[in-house]
Amino acid sequence: MENDNAITRRGLFMKLGILFNGLVAVVLAVPIVRFLMSAVAREHQDEYLSWVTLGPVGQFPEGETRLATFRSPYVTPTDGKTADTVCWVRRIAGEQFQIFAVNCAHLGCPVRWFPQSGLFLCPCHGGAYYRDGKRAAGPPERGLFTYPYKVENGVVSIEAGELPTPGGPSAANYKNRERNGSCV
Amino acid sequence: MRLIEQIGEWFDRRLQVAAPAREIAEHSVPRETASWLYVFGSAALTVFLLQVVTGIMLAIVYVPSASEAWNSLQYLNHGVTLGWFIRALHGWGSNFMVAIVLIHMVQVFLFGAYKFPRELTWIVGVFLLLMTLGMAFSGQVLRFDQDAYWGLGIGASIASRTPILGAALVKLILGGPIIAGATLSRFFALHVFVIPGLLIGFVSLHLLMVIKLGINEWPMPGRVVRKATYEKQYHELTKKDGAPFVPYAVWKDMFFAGIVVLAIGVCAVVFGPFGPTGQPDPTIIQTVPKPDYFFLWLYAVLALLPPALETVAILGGSVVVIGGLLLLPFLSGEGEKSWRRRPIAVMSIMLIAVALGTFTHLAGYSPWSPEMTAWSGEPVPEKFLQARTALERKGAVVFQAKQCRNCHALGGSGGQRGPELDAVATRLTRDQLIRQVLQGGGNMPAYGNNLNPAETTALVAFLETLHPAGQRPARDASQAAVETQNGENAAATRP
Repeated sequence: MENDNAITRRGLFMKLGILFNGLVAVVLAVPIVRFLMSAVAREHQDEYLSWVTLGPVGQFPEGETRLATFRSPYVTPTDGKTADTVCWVRRIAGEQFQIFAVNCAHLGCPVRWFPQSGLFLCPCHGGAYYRDGKRAAGPPERGLFTYPYKVENGVVSIEAGELPTPGGPSAANYKNRERNGSCV
Repeated sequence: MRLIEQIGEWFDRRLQVAAPAREIAEHSVPRETASWLYVFGSAALTVFLLQVVTGIMLAIVYVPSASEAWNSLQYLNHGVTLGWFIRALHGWGSNFMVAIVLIHMVQVFLFGAYKFPRELTWIVGVFLLLMTLGMAFSGQVLRFDQDAYWGLGIGASIASRTPILGAALVKLILGGPIIAGATLSRFFALHVFVIPGLLIGFVSLHLLMVIKLGINEWPMPGRVVRKATYEKQYHELTKKDGAPFVPYAVWKDMFFAGIVVLAIGVCAVVFGPFGPTGQPDPTIIQTVPKPDYFFLWLYAVLALLPPALETVAILGGSVVVIGGLLLLPFLSGEGEKSWRRRPIAVMSIMLIAVALGTFTHLAGYSPWSPEMTAWSGEPVPEKFLQARTALERKGAVVFQAKQCRNCHALGGSGGQRGPELDAVATRLTRDQLIRQVLQGGGNMPAYGNNLNPAETTALVAFLETLHPAGQRPARDASQAAVETQNGENAAATRP
């Protein structure tokens, strides 16, 4: 064996071979990673959120809270029923609304409205909210998520399309952040 | 017979595996390791193979599409011959696998088998545990029903709390902005290709190291592991007091594996398949989602942690637990192996077992959740209504109608979220009751906006009657002082 550091013809070809394979891997990795990350990619973000109609104002009696169904604006061919979502619509008066996500602000379980006690209650870990969505008791750290809404030509619409989660995409959108412990 | 031998020779001449296979089978193991306590690893492997076989069978019929999955499960349960049985085997196999992997881990920990030179075997084992749990969770998702749907919501909510990356992580997990078709498809890929592939690789590595490094000897108090001397000592032990693995030790593995598979089969026949529960339709919100039993403890922890600690505990806790498990062999890679000389190890296991058991038990009846139907389904017991004034009885009606019962039990029935109120009048004075009802506090909502003065008066009058016969209700100390000063008999004014 001569000098170990000497570059031999075969050694060089092997190194070139490794380099060539590495290059091919990188070239292929770019589209693969883009495919994998497509759900997060920036170009989609605008498609996810859009305005969907809930129905005419008359469907929602003043002073009451009703469940409304809407179809998610971003749908893929195999979604089936899972693209149908519900929200709680509280019509305060006239065109003044509060529209809450059913997902508990704790871990996303569906909260139920109880008009008798004026509370939203979560079946999972016991989160409770007042009629205006503010936190009443239990593990949630904030009030219910609310959707931005508008009333046009007597029809109520909300800006929706993303699963509301505590730290998630829409926490900032879906306000109602004030924490309220004891007094209303 | 001769023909079979010839065929065998023909293959072995080309494959050349017979000699190394025989060598592995007959390698010498310490005699005491031929024990019923050394059978859990092979049992876990057996259940894994059962899961692979039953999983492939299910994949023949199952359709991983959000619009079809639930129907294909119904078809498996009711339409395909013995489809229900294969589903039951796979479901019970998953429960058994998690349990056996945990038992195996406890045995390995208590026997000090993670110490030098088997550190890497342990670390690979920790990843195998995580993959097993990953299979359990993704499997629950594939059983695409209400529990799966809302379970994904819980998973997404937890992931969303990750600092900075939270929002992106949720979309990456869900495959889009909501729980839908893309979510199920990617969990299918995880459950059927990615994790099983990794599992096969890691199991092979795990087994390779068991064969190369030898089975952990039965720990003896005082026989201390030192890096400098261990390998020589182990070698001498297997030479002096060893026995060939096959057939000396392997028959116990075989019997236990057989018993486990039989037990899975019996459970499958007797208890049947798991679900699916209701359709994964997000518009049906009359549901009480619960995870499968191996995640129930987590469900309880998430309910009981103080809200402000939750994010830190979830994100920090998993790092600490997984990091601790991975670092364990480096923190105590030498020293005593015997559990008789490792009291902290034994107590840690007991503490973890009791904690997990308690949380799992609590999650079984989730006392932190209001009982949604108590107000309409469970009447006020008669004894609380007898010999009461009209106002007090009106209060009992308010108590039910305003759903106080959903959180507060009376006479042993009702929610367990708040305290039972059978003797509330002995704890709170009239003024304190009014304040508590109107303003809430101590994890109770305020009802000030939802009760008119007449309802409040009636409700508090009813609550004041809730004290055991012969025990006086609580009274304001100042009131007693005033009454004494006025020369009144306190007992006469209040029953």
